[in-house]
Parts: sequence; structure tokens; C-alpha cells
Amino acid sequence: MVDNDIVFQISNINAWYGEKHVLKDISMRIKQRKVTALIGPSGCGKSTFLRCLNRMNDFIHNFRLEGRILYKAQDLYSPETDPIEVRRTIGMVFQRPNPFPKSIYNNIAYGLQIFGIKDRAKLDAIVEDSLRKAALWDEVKDNLGQNGLALSGGQQQRLCIARAIAVNPEVILFDEPCSALDPVATAKIEDLIMELKNEYTVVIVTHNMQQAARVSDYTGFFMLGDLVEFDDTKKIFTTPANKLTEDYITGRFG
Amino acid sequence: MKSFLDRRSRQRIFERGIHAALLLCASLSIFTTIGIILALFFETFEFFKEVSIIEFLTDTQWTPLFVDKHFGILSLVAGTFIVSFIAMCVAIPLGILCAIYLSEYSSPRFREVVKPVLEVLAGIPTVVYGYFALLFVTPLLKSFIPGLSGFNALSPGIVMGIMILPMVSSMSEDAMHAVPSSLREGAYALGATRFQVATKVVVPAALSGIMSSFVLAVSRAVGETMIVTIAAGQQPRFSLNPLVPIETITAYIVQVSLGDTPAGTIEHKTIFAAGMTLFIFTLALNLISNWLKERFREEYR
Amino acid sequence: MNRLAYNKLVDRFFKLAALAATIVGLVFLFTLVWDIAHDGAGRISWSFLTSFPSRRPERAGILSALVGTIWIMGLTAVFAFPIGVGAGVYLEEYTKKKNWITRLIEINIANLAGVPSIIYGLLGLGIFVRALSLERSLLTGALTLTLLILPIIIISTREALKAVPFSIREASYALGATRWQTTYRQVLPVALPGILTGTILALSRAIGETAPLITIGALTYIAFLPESVFDPFTVLPIQIFNWVSRPQKGFAVNAAAAIIVLLFLTLILNSIAIYLRHRFQRRIRW
Repeated sequence: MVDNDIVFQISNINAWYGEKHVLKDISMRIKQRKVTALIGPSGCGKSTFLRCLNRMNDFIHNFRLEGRILYKAQDLYSPETDPIEVRRTIGMVFQRPNPFPKSIYNNIAYGLQIFGIKDRAKLDAIVEDSLRKAALWDEVKDNLGQNGLALSGGQQQRLCIARAIAVNPEVILFDEPCSALDPVATAKIEDLIMELKNEYTVVIVTHNMQQAARVSDYTGFFMLGDLVEFDDTKKIFTTPANKLTEDYITGRFG
Repeated sequence: MKSFLDRRSRQRIFERGIHAALLLCASLSIFTTIGIILALFFETFEFFKEVSIIEFLTDTQWTPLFVDKHFGILSLVAGTFIVSFIAMCVAIPLGILCAIYLSEYSSPRFREVVKPVLEVLAGIPTVVYGYFALLFVTPLLKSFIPGLSGFNALSPGIVMGIMILPMVSSMSEDAMHAVPSSLREGAYALGATRFQVATKVVVPAALSGIMSSFVLAVSRAVGETMIVTIAAGQQPRFSLNPLVPIETITAYIVQVSLGDTPAGTIEHKTIFAAGMTLFIFTLALNLISNWLKERFREEYR
Repeated sequence: MNRLAYNKLVDRFFKLAALAATIVGLVFLFTLVWDIAHDGAGRISWSFLTSFPSRRPERAGILSALVGTIWIMGLTAVFAFPIGVGAGVYLEEYTKKKNWITRLIEINIANLAGVPSIIYGLLGLGIFVRALSLERSLLTGALTLTLLILPIIIISTREALKAVPFSIREASYALGATRWQTTYRQVLPVALPGILTGTILALSRAIGETAPLITIGALTYIAFLPESVFDPFTVLPIQIFNWVSRPQKGFAVNAAAAIIVLLFLTLILNSIAIYLRHRFQRRIRW
């Protein structure tokens, strides 16, 4: 391992849901503290791929994976690897905002409490810090006891981001985070992601090409389970090497 | 960076412990079934060491507590049968009519009010029904059936039928509800009346589900204890006359339990043999009911 | 009469018949309630509630039966709630659905729900009274009733857990929570009202059970109060049964009065369950 910039080394990943072959021989290298976007038409496997990176596919009964995913030289799928630790380090924000039916404060404190942090002062500090980083603090600071579900869609999603940040991950995975939000909320989250990459490695799945072009440093184009092309975002969107990529970008299909 | 191999071993042991405890809770149900089978089987086995199974199945007299002992289960079976039969004659027609009315005719408001009230019928303790059968229904019936004796099969049968009615009505209604409305709409569009739609389209379509409810109701009737113990009598009789005292399998078990028959005697073992018979009946009925329900579910995946 | 008019007539007639069938059940219910109230309401008094049974109907009361009922309900709840909820949690949260063990347990529970209650009595007799030598005690009664209502609690627990959206679990796991942390801290609090409702309904069924308790040897004439879980006991339904079986009219009146008390207790339990269901259905808006 020479290049210290690479955090994810993904080699020849194949995945199945039962008999269905959903990821076909994917290989990729993801760089630290950069935003990597994964684009492609619906059902092409990008979300499945994303969920391989934090072992969230473990919860699907008939899911099977072959190949190797290394995070900083550690094998994610080795039998000795504890998936709990993996998910602490590699966090996730989902497509539909899913705050817990608890107060804003407890939404964020939960991740800390399950790891044994009980000291009230410490919790207060981390809650505030996470909400600031998620650009939500000013809007909710006077009412942290409010139920998370009472917030607007965009605010809920930022709460979910704050929740993910609170447990101090190194990577944040975003699975189509704006698809359920209006354009104003979407813009706020995109700005947030550009901020976050200063501290975290970001991988974002999106079906919105313009979003990928705006926000990311690197882009991977998926189609029908294959990784068709992976390169600098600028290059993908101006001079793609593959005809399929070009067709997708220019809107010929998808 | 934290290594992925950091294992908080105390937490992992705790998680394993919880998993085991929960598994134990879930397996208790298996132990219960095994327990039932063992408890029944063991004593029944002992019973059949002393009584021949032929006698048990063919003798028409059941007199284990008398000096002249006969061990023919047929009398108790006859008693169980006649009461359950009467109950079904009440519950099935009324139940299915009620289900049709609630499903095809009534307004949602009416259903909202009536259904919970019918559910109350299902929640009343059976001793209460026993009281009502003995002290209200029997005297009432006596006034126009002069030959009716104080303990009989008719009165508890009727009362049991009403008790079971909500079960038939509710399950049948669920089955009819599951029939796609497109089937109904097609028939209405052809000018059919609600009666025709109900009887020629909906009920036939929901038939397996409806029959499943019938079979389950029979199983409930067969296993019912207190109504018959209070109102049907304690005279095992190989007869289908509903106007005289009889005894059901369940009532017999209660009778012996209340007495001072010492444990370990053949008389005491009879309750397990009777219980085993009852268990086999209800198990068979439940399995048939399940099979019918599965068939119904397959038709309307 | 032409075909169309005939059909309409049949329809009208049938509608009436079906309505009548529906009304029959209601009429029966009201008659029953009226009859019992009429027979027994006058008998209810403080002395009735606080006297022991007696050979003289005017002096007999339900104290031992009432206390026994409360004891047995409490004990049964203590056993049945954790085991039932635990089993429900296991089947919903801890298993991969297609597992053969899970299927076996599920089928088993469905079958147990249909076993007549007197069979549970025989089970209690064979295992608790004899094999474990617990005699005809409150403990035996409670354990027997626990086994009886366990399938109900398990099934309603599973329903309540199924209603919790998967997204909550997903969010919790993604933060690095373990299965138990997720279940205990996120899922159960949301499912709790439904679970409680199911448990209370199961208990309201248990409160009226007579046959299994008679079979394990609960006595019909108890003139003392139990002081420990190993003591013999009686319950309201058995007291009612005992009085109904006596020929004297005075005892029939007592039985009716005791029924009113029993129905009142059942009503309270059911009302609590319904209240819980309503109250918490409003709170969470997804």
C-alpha cells in the first residue's frame, strides 16, 4: 500500500441477491477526504454497492458477496472484523430522512450513549458540535427537546447527518440523500457536503447528475451491475472515455 | 484509527447471553407442546395397560367411577358431539348471515358499532354462559318443550352457539373482505342484486376461508368445558337425544378433578385418556382449518 | 312478477334475514346482561365482598375468591409478560425468517393457541403438580395460566414489533448499535403500547378461566386467604361455578352477584387495553 491517499481498496466485488447477480466484478479506489459520487440509472446496483462499504447488506438474508474490500488495509469482510466497529467508522445517511421518534437531543445522544458515554456535559458538547457541523444548530438550539419528527424534511436530513457525525466517523456514505427533499433543502445539503469533505471521506450515491457534477471530485458510473467508468468528475462530465457514459450524461437514456 | 478487531468482549458476551435468553423464551412453546404430549401420553399409556383399546373405542358405556366399570369413550364422544352439533347449527347459519350482512350490506358506521359489541360476546367468561344456560335458557325452553329435563344438551348447545358466533362471523367477514372488489363490481355492473353478488360471487370466492372458520369453531365447541359442565349434566349416555342429561369429555374431566379420586388409580388415569382423545380431535380440526386457510391465502396472494 | 322484481324481493328478504341474524347476537347479549343484573345486583354489598364462603347463602361472600383472583392475575402477569415478550422479540428481531427452527416455533405457537384450556389443566396436573411437586398452589395455577396465554402474548407482541418501521432499526444499526441495543432502546419503546394492549387482553382472558384451574386442583371451598405462592387458593370463576351447582336459590343469587364482580373486573381490564391502544395510536405520526 503505497498511496496513503487511498482509504478504500475495492477489488473484484461480485454480489448476489439469491440468484440475481447484482454487482459484477467491481474494482475501485476511493480517496481520503474527497467526495466520490456514484451515478447511474435506477436499479444499477449503486446503492447495493454503497451498502457493502459499511456492511449494511448483512441484514439482507439472501445477500452474498465475493471479493475484497479493504479499508485502510483492513479487510471489511474478514471473519474477525467486528461489523459494529466498521459502522462506527463508516457512517451512513439514508434516502428518506429517518430520525428516531425521540427529541433532537436524544437523536444525537443515542449514538454516544450506546458506546457508554454518559457524562451530561460531554453529551451536550458533542450534540452542539454535531448540530453546528450539520448547519442545523441555529435553527434548533432553543428547542432541543422537540421531537425529531416535527422538523421539516430538509431539517430532518440534516439532523440525520448530525447524528452520523456525532459518533466521529472517518467516512460518511450518502445514499441519495436529497431525493426526498425540495430544491432549497437540497442546495443546503449540497453545500454541507462540500464542507464535510474537509474532515470526512464522502461517498455519495445520486441519480441527479448535476448534483454529482457540482459536488464531487471523483465519479463512478454504474450500469446494470457493472462499473462502466470511474474517473475525475471533470473528466467524466466533459470527455468521458466510454460511449455508454457519454450517452447517460447527455440524457440519451436513464 | 480504531482497529476493526477491537472487540469489547464484555459487550459481546452480554449480547450472546441475551440471544440465548430470548431463544429460551421462544423454545418454551416447544417444551409446552412436548409437555402436553408427554403428560397425556404417559398416563394414557398406563391406562391402556389395564384397559384394552378395543373396549375403549367400542364400548358404549362409560362408568369408570361405578362398581361395574366400563371404559367406552363413545358415550362421552356422543355427548360432545351432540352439544357441538347443536352449537354449530346455531353458529354457522347465524354467523355466515351476520358476516354477509356486515360485509356486503351494512354501512361502515353500523359495522363499526356492531363488530365490537359482538366481540364482547366472545370475551365473556364461559362460567357466565353456563349460569345463563342453566338458569335462564333451560327454564325458558322448558316452557315450550315439556319433555326437557333440567340438564340437557339443547340449552348449552344453543348458548355455546351464540358464544361462537362472533368467531364464525369475524373470520368469515375477513375472508370475504379479502375478495377483490373488482369481482363484485363486475357482477354489479351486470345488474346483480346484493343477494346475488353475495351468494354467487363473494361467498364462493371466500369459501376456503369461510370453511376454515367453521372448522375452527367446531374445534372451539368441542373443547369447551364450563358451559357443558354446568348445564349439560353428568350422565354419560350413548344417545343423540338433546333433551336428556349427557356428559361431554370435558365435563367428565372436571367431574373427576373435583372428586377425591386418588392419583395413580385407573379411575384417575381415565381423565388423561379422555384428554388425549380430546386433544387428538381438536388437533385434527385445527390442522384442517389451517390447511383450508392456507389454500384460501394461496388463491388471493 | 318479472325476473327483476323477483330478484329485488329476494334481496330485500335476505337483507332482513341477515340483519335479524346480526341482531340475534346483540339481543342475546343484552338479555344475558339484564338477567344477571336482575338476579344479582341486589346482592352486592360490602359484606358480600368481604366475607368468606359459607354453607348459608346469606352469609357467603367472595373474599377468598376475589383475593385469589388478584393473586393469580399478578403472578401470571409476572411470568407471562417477560417470557411472552422475550419470545416475540426473538422471533421478530433475532431470526432470519426462513429458518426451519423459526417455522417450527411459529407453527407450534399457532397450534397451541387452539388447544382447549382444559388440556392445559392436564398439563399443569402432570408437570407442575406431580412431576415438580408444586401441589395445588397459586404457583401451579399461575404457571398453568401462563402457558395458556403465552401464545396470545407472543402473537400480539410480534404484531406490535412488525408495525415499527424498519427505517428505525436501519438508522440504529448504521450508527454501530448492537441488535439488543437497537431492540431495547429504539424498537421496544415504540412497540410498547401495542405489546401492553395485547398482554392486558390476554390477562382479561385468563381472569375468566375456570377449567384449567379446577383440573390442577384449585379448591371450590376455601375459607382462608393464601399467604404465599405455595398455598392453595380459589378464584372468582370457580366460586361462581360452585354456587351455580348448588340447588338453593340463595346460591344462585350469589353466583349472579359474583358474576357481576367478575364482569366488572374484565371490563376494567379491557377498557385499560382499549384506552392504551387509542392513546398511543395518536402519538406517533410517521
